[in-house]
Parts: sequence; structure tokens; C-alpha cells
Amino acid sequence: MADVAVHTPPADGHGDHSQGHTTSTGLSNNKLAMWMFLGSECLLFGGLISTYMLYRGRHEGSPTPSQLYNIPLTSVSSFVLLMSSLTMVLAVSAAQRRDDRNTMTWLTVTALLGATFVGAQVFEFTEFVREGLGFTTNLFGSSFFTLTGFHGVHVTVGIIMLMALVGMVSRSRIPGDKAEVVEMIGLYWHFVDIVWIIIFTLVYLIPS
Amino acid sequence: MSIQHATEVADTHDAHEGHAHDDGAHGHGLTDMGYVKVALVLALLTALEVALTYVDVGSLFMPLLLLLMVVKFVTVVSFFMHLRFDNKIFSWLFYTGLFLAVGVYLAALCTFQFFAGN
Amino acid sequence: MAISERNPVPALAGSASAYVTPSTSFGVFKRPVQSTGWRSWVFTVDHKKLGIMYGVVAMIFFIIGGVEALLIRLQLAAPNNRVLSAGAYNQMFTMHATTMVFLFVMPMAAAFANYLVPLQIGARDVAFPRLNAFGFWCFLFGGIFLNTSWFLGGAADSGWFAYAPNTALAFSPSHGVDFWALGLQITGIASLTGAINLIVTVLNMRAPGMSLMKMPIFTWMVLVVQFLLLFAIPVITVALFLLTFQRSFGAAFFSVEKGADPLLWQHLFWIFGHPEVYILVLPSFGIVSEVLPVFSKKPLFGYKFVVFSGAAIGFLGWGVWAHHMFASGLGPVSVAVFSVATMAIALPTGVKIVNWTMTLWGGKLRFTTAMLFAVGLIVEFTIGGLSGVTHAVAPSDTQQTDTYYIVAHFHYVLFGGAVFGLFAGFYYWWPKIFAKMLNERLGKWNFWLMVVGMNLTFGPMHILGLQGQPRRMQVWTAFRAGDGFFNLAFWNRVASVGSFVLAIGVLMFLINVVYTHRTAGVAPADPWDARSLEWMTSNPPAEHNFDAIPTVHELDEFFHRKYEENEATGEIHQVSTYEEIMADEATRADKHIHLPSPSYWPIILALGLPLIAYGLIFARLLAVFGGVIILLAMFGWSMEPSVADESDYDPPVDGGPTKELATLG
Repeated sequence: MADVAVHTPPADGHGDHSQGHTTSTGLSNNKLAMWMFLGSECLLFGGLISTYMLYRGRHEGSPTPSQLYNIPLTSVSSFVLLMSSLTMVLAVSAAQRRDDRNTMTWLTVTALLGATFVGAQVFEFTEFVREGLGFTTNLFGSSFFTLTGFHGVHVTVGIIMLMALVGMVSRSRIPGDKAEVVEMIGLYWHFVDIVWIIIFTLVYLIPS
Repeated sequence: MSIQHATEVADTHDAHEGHAHDDGAHGHGLTDMGYVKVALVLALLTALEVALTYVDVGSLFMPLLLLLMVVKFVTVVSFFMHLRFDNKIFSWLFYTGLFLAVGVYLAALCTFQFFAGN
Repeated sequence: MAISERNPVPALAGSASAYVTPSTSFGVFKRPVQSTGWRSWVFTVDHKKLGIMYGVVAMIFFIIGGVEALLIRLQLAAPNNRVLSAGAYNQMFTMHATTMVFLFVMPMAAAFANYLVPLQIGARDVAFPRLNAFGFWCFLFGGIFLNTSWFLGGAADSGWFAYAPNTALAFSPSHGVDFWALGLQITGIASLTGAINLIVTVLNMRAPGMSLMKMPIFTWMVLVVQFLLLFAIPVITVALFLLTFQRSFGAAFFSVEKGADPLLWQHLFWIFGHPEVYILVLPSFGIVSEVLPVFSKKPLFGYKFVVFSGAAIGFLGWGVWAHHMFASGLGPVSVAVFSVATMAIALPTGVKIVNWTMTLWGGKLRFTTAMLFAVGLIVEFTIGGLSGVTHAVAPSDTQQTDTYYIVAHFHYVLFGGAVFGLFAGFYYWWPKIFAKMLNERLGKWNFWLMVVGMNLTFGPMHILGLQGQPRRMQVWTAFRAGDGFFNLAFWNRVASVGSFVLAIGVLMFLINVVYTHRTAGVAPADPWDARSLEWMTSNPPAEHNFDAIPTVHELDEFFHRKYEENEATGEIHQVSTYEEIMADEATRADKHIHLPSPSYWPIILALGLPLIAYGLIFARLLAVFGGVIILLAMFGWSMEPSVADESDYDPPVDGGPTKELATLG
């Protein structure tokens, strides 16, 4: 590709075009991608929720859902996850003010709240197994653990990202726009929260 | 009601810092205090949901629960995820996925009903 | 290469190098910045190189899938044949379909999309170059993983739509279905990341002036396809996860004996599977819509209608999945609803056929090989479309379900539609991509052998199907073949002979490629008198695509720069040549061209996935190892700036422009 003469200066301001921040829509590539990913995730969780809705009544050989579910415990952990969305949005807000200290604080609090939620979920799972509902016991068990497990894995991945983010912010090792990175992970985190809002109602509060 | 409340929060904020728009994607959204208020509303709605399972409201139970679920969902998406303040394309992308999911899976579950009914 | 990649001065680098020096963030290694040799391919993030790699690998899988098809036809060529055992036959048709759908047509469309979309919209690369590379490696490793099942206990044998209970351990005890489920999961990641990447690219990286309705039609069809992928892939992901959980961890999602509903799989599969049909065929529609106007010397008839009908097909494609399940006992209401919806989808497809025909009407037609394939698509796809309408009518579909009539139908739309379109694309864009013209004489042989071959192969299948030959039948006997004109023996033989004619046709293409690259000289830069932006580049395109990002004023920008219409007479006359346009563009070439640097991380990250998959099947420890690789690679990826540090270059080169594109990705 030796034939390319690229040394002449641009005649009209097009030289700017290839730089990351000028896009046709004026929107950030990363945010567009994240929203698309979340739109796509709707169909993932939709499939898992539908599987559960289809199979929730098929609980032969185990206690029924209403016998198993511990509504007070799940309400508290749902509340914890909901509040982690608040701390997350405060982290985003701090990051947009370029306030690194508060960003890290709120990110850490968010990760801790998320960990509390996952802890409660692990406790719930062991309780269920003790009471006679395993992954392979029946269709209700398989679909319940798959749905809530997938959600739990999403929360766990979110926690890992949050902790990594705290580390990277503290050492200033984020390439690119820091506030945008925090915002993107925030979007993911809120999405995990809204999925739980649906699961909490459809799975726990509405009896089969 | 909760939405209205939160809208007021947003409006006062917009009036307050209306010129912050030239900052591109940033600078939108509520103040930190506004977020706390939204979270309080969400907490209240959750409490209401849980309370519903202990009080007998008859045939209103399911619709009320689903309504509360949708309100909470939309509140988080609109305020915490900034869809209300952000470019329409984001909303369009996300809600396309959401409505597609609701549409196809509801239809699929319905065919199971017809199947079982036969 | 005259252009060396250099770390830009901070003022131009944007935020990329504010805190981090690439070498330190990477660890001990230097970035793989070589511009020649194998490293320049393995670690590349260039959309053109990745496009070519997609194409080469997809072509290899096309040959593998083709050999599988020939073995199937060989088995059915004579009564009581013993070419393949029943078990091997089951594996053969399952892997033939899986290979052709997931490892040939989809990635070949991805090859065209990768290579052409940035060029068509006047961009220098895709939005997320590293993600692009990651997608390719996922596809390659997923495809290899799938095919290693042949040597590790047998391939999947449950049919490409893998209905329960065929996939249950009791009926498919080998690891084949596990390989199938996990392999498709990996290639699904490739499709999903590719979809996100291309949508962002099309939305965000268009040249100034290129509004959505001035985009080339191929880019439009690619955009629709990526949306279909974006929303369809997660559905098959769910289905495949449930299947893996059932087979590997004892869940009961599809076990009827444990009270499961086998229709759950069918719904999940076809909610994905029907959009998938359009994912396969729409890119070819886009290619044909580019080829026909060029060789008719007319603009595409009703550009807007083609765009909107493409989008309509994409949208309606979500509401018709249950027509694959008419025979499963859905109940009369569901069948009626889905039957009507399916008939409705024939409308936008018909619109396209009309538009193509009207594009040809009154044009100065040049029957090059690319044009022949495009016209071939119109004819063969229409035949397939008509038999498709007969499936929309539920009562007749109930007759046809799981017979060779279905096999005939989808080979007409997929071979006569999708594959013909891809071949039209090969002949049309070969001079752009490789600067060599494929031989037209061999091309004509290629086309006519393929047309004759495909009609000989798939035409008789209509008869076989209506006579009751079931799909996936391993052996037929002379006793049951019947007699008279419609006897199964004769038409099975015709189909088998046809399949070898078809294979020779494809072989002609391969011979053509070898012959062309041995003998042909450098192709002219604008051999077809083309219309869209990808032809407004050097031949082949430079690494940075455009010296200056063109400003777009019209649909078919390149054509409008070459020709003008006389207002009074309506005559078209040439005002400018390719050379003049290029010289004009060169006068305002960008001084600082920013391209992303190559990276180790995409291939390393992708390598972790098959390790996890093998681990799930054979040894869980391997899966943990794969997981660790993925985690480390993700950290490396997220801390790596898109542009390599100056000290990574060995030896440092002085002068030259700077290259960088995205800050993340």
C-alpha cells in the first residue's frame, strides 16, 4: 500500500471524522452497543421466564412453590438489589462530576449490596435443596434454578465488573472516557435489577 | 402517582440546569437527591407489592401486582437508566427487544393453552 | 507498507493515551504490530482481512458440507444401499444442515458484510474492530469444535432442528448432541457480537451526507439481518442451554416421561429458526439488488420499496414461526393465525421480485456471470417461494410435513436464493477484493452447471415428497419404490446424478479461483461501471479504505459522480472517470488517519470458549482452565488502549501518518 499519499492536509474539516467521538448519530458507540446488548438480553430472560411459567406447576415429588418460598427473605434481598441500583446511579453521577473518590465509594457499596443479594440467593438455594427441591427433582426445580441461577450469574458478573472498575479507577487505568465506562456498567447493573423486579413478581409473589 | 412525582423532580431539575445539554450524552438525569427520591418511591412500591400478598384484595390481586411490576420496571429504566433523558434511539433499541420478547413468548405460551384445552 | 502505525501525538489521540502506556497495560509483551506474515492475519483487527478470513473458512465448510450432501445422495442413489449405516446417515444429514446453515451461509454473509459495509458507508473500519476479530475466532473455533465431534465418538444425529426426544440421552447416547449444542453456542457468540458491531457501525459511522435512505441496498439488508440476529440469537441460546443442562446435569426440560412438554423445544427453536431463514437469505437479496442495477445500467427500481419490504420481512419474520409446527397439534386457533401470518409474508417478498424484474425491464443488460447468478436467484427463489406458499396453507402442509417436498422447497430458497446470491457476490466483488477478474468463461460453466445441477437435484424432490418419501429416510427398497412415471427409484437416481453435476459446478468455481490467481493480471479499478462507494477506493482498498472520507450527496454516489442526466432529454452522459474522481479525492486526503492497532486478546479470549466446551463434555478441570483464560483475556482487553505504544514498534519508524479509530472496542 505504498501508493497512498496521505501527507496533504485536509481541505475541509473531515480529518476529524474518524475520531471516536464524532458519529453520524452523535451518540457514543459504546452506549449504543450496550443498549442493543440489553435489548437482546430481554429475549434471553424472556425465554427463561417463559420456561419457568410453563413448568412452575409441575412440582411432583417436591414441596410446592408456595410452601418453599420465603417471602420475607426474598423481599429483603429484592429491596437490597433495588437499593444497589440507587448506589449505582450515584456512582455514575459522581463519575460524571469527575469525583473519583465518591465514584469508588458508591461502586464498592453497590458491589457489597450485590454480594448480599447473591449471598441470600445461595442461602435460599441451600434451604430449598434441604427441603427437597433439587435441580433435577422435577420440572419446577429445573426451571426455577435455571432462571434464578442465570440471574444470579448475571449479578455475579456485575460484581466482578464493579470490583474491577474500582481497581481500575483507583489506578487510573481505564482507556477512554471514565464516566462512560461507569455509566455502561451501570446500565448493565440496572438491567439485572429490572429483570429481578419481574422475577420477584412473576415467580415469588404470584402463587402457582 | 409515583411517576408523576418523579416527573416533577425531573422537571425542576431540567429547569434548573437547562443549559447543560451541550455536553452531549452527559449532564442529563436527576440530581443525587432526585435519585434518592426515586429510590424511596421504588421502596414504597416494593413494600406495597409485598403487602398485597398478605392482604386479600380478591380479583384485583393479579392486575395490581402486574401493574406495580410494570411501574417499577419503567421507573428504573426511565430514571436510573436515563432513558427518559437520553436519545430516543436507545429507547427504541431496548423497547424493541422488550416488546418482541413479550410478544413472541406470550404467543408461545398461549399456544400451549390452546394445546392443553383441546 | 508505507504507512506505519504510530502512536499519535497526545492532542490527536483524544482520551486514549491520557493515563496508560499500552506496553505497561499489556504486561510484558509488545503489541503484535507486524504488517506482514502470519501475525498480520492472526492478530489483525482490519475488517477487510477479517472479511477475507471469514470467506475462506466459510468456503472450506461449504466444501465439507457439500461432501456430506454427496454422501447422502450416494446412499440414496440405489435401493438397499450401504454407503452409510443408519447411524452415520443420521449424523450426515444433521451435520450437512448444521454446516451449511451455521458454518457456510451465515459466515459467508458475514464475510461480505464485514468487508463491504464499512466501504459502502464510507468508514475506515467497523465500530469495534477487536470485537470483530473476536467474532471471527469464535466462528472458526466453534466450527472446528463442532466438526471434531466426528472423531470423538460421533457427530450429532438428531436432525438440524434437534427435536425432543431425539436429543435425549436415551436416543442419542454419543456426545454428538453435546458438541452440537455447545458449538452452536460458540458460533452464536460470533453472530451476536457481529450483529451489535455492524449495527453500531451502520448507525454511527456513515460518511457525512449519507442518510439512512442514501445507503447502498446491501448495507440496508445487512442492517435488517443484524437486527434479526440480535434478537434471535438469545432465543436459541436459551434453548441450547436448556438442552445442555438436560444432557449434562440431569435437568428434565424436554423429557416427556418426567412431564415435560416437547413443544417447548419446538417453540424456542423456531422462534429463533424462522428469523434465521431471513438471516440466511436477506444478505443475498442485498447482493442481488446491487448486482442487477449495475448490469442493467439502471438504478434499482423502487429503492424505498426494497428497503421497506426488507424491513417488513424482518419484522413479519417474527410472527410466523409456528408454521414449522402445523403437524404438532397446536390447536386450530394457533394454526389459523400462523397460517394467515405466513401468507402475509409472501407480499413483501413478492414486492422484491417485482422490483428486481422492473430493474431489468428496459435496461442495457450485460449477462456477466454475476448477472447470471442474480437472474438465477430471481427464478429459482421464486420457484421455492411458490412451493413455500403451499406450506402456508395448513391442510396441505400437514400432507407435506417431513417429506422430501419440504426438502425441495428449502433447497430452492436456500440454494437457489441464498447461495446463488453469494456466488453473484463472488463474481461481482472479486475484482474489488483481490484486484483480479474471475474468468468469465469458467464462470459461465460454473453458473450453468450449478443451475442444471440444482434443478436436477432438488426438482425431483418435489415429486418424491408428494409421492410420500419421508425426509431423513436412510434407505429405499425397489419393492416399495412403486412404478410408473412417479416411481421413487427413478427420481432418486436423477437427484443423485444432479447432486454430482452441482458439485462439478462448485468445483468450477474453485478451479476458476486458482486459475484466475495464477494467470490474470491486475483488474481495472472499476470494471463493471459500478454505482456505490466501495468502488471509489484504490484496487484493492488501502488498509485505511479512503484517503479522504467522501461526502455523500446521492444514493449511488459513485454513479452520480461519474454521470449526469441531461435535464431536457433525460439522457445520461459521463462527466468524470474513476481516475479523475480518485485524483480529486486525493487532493483533500486526511493527514492523520487513525486506525486501531492489532491485538492478541480477541483470539485468546475466543480460545477459552472451546476449552470450556470440551471441558463440559470430557473433564470439568479443562473448563475451569478455559474460564481462567477468558477472565484474564477480558482484563487484558479492557485495559488495552486501541493504539499501540510507539515503543511496541520494532524498529520505530519515523514519519508517516498516525492511525487510530476507536477509543474502546
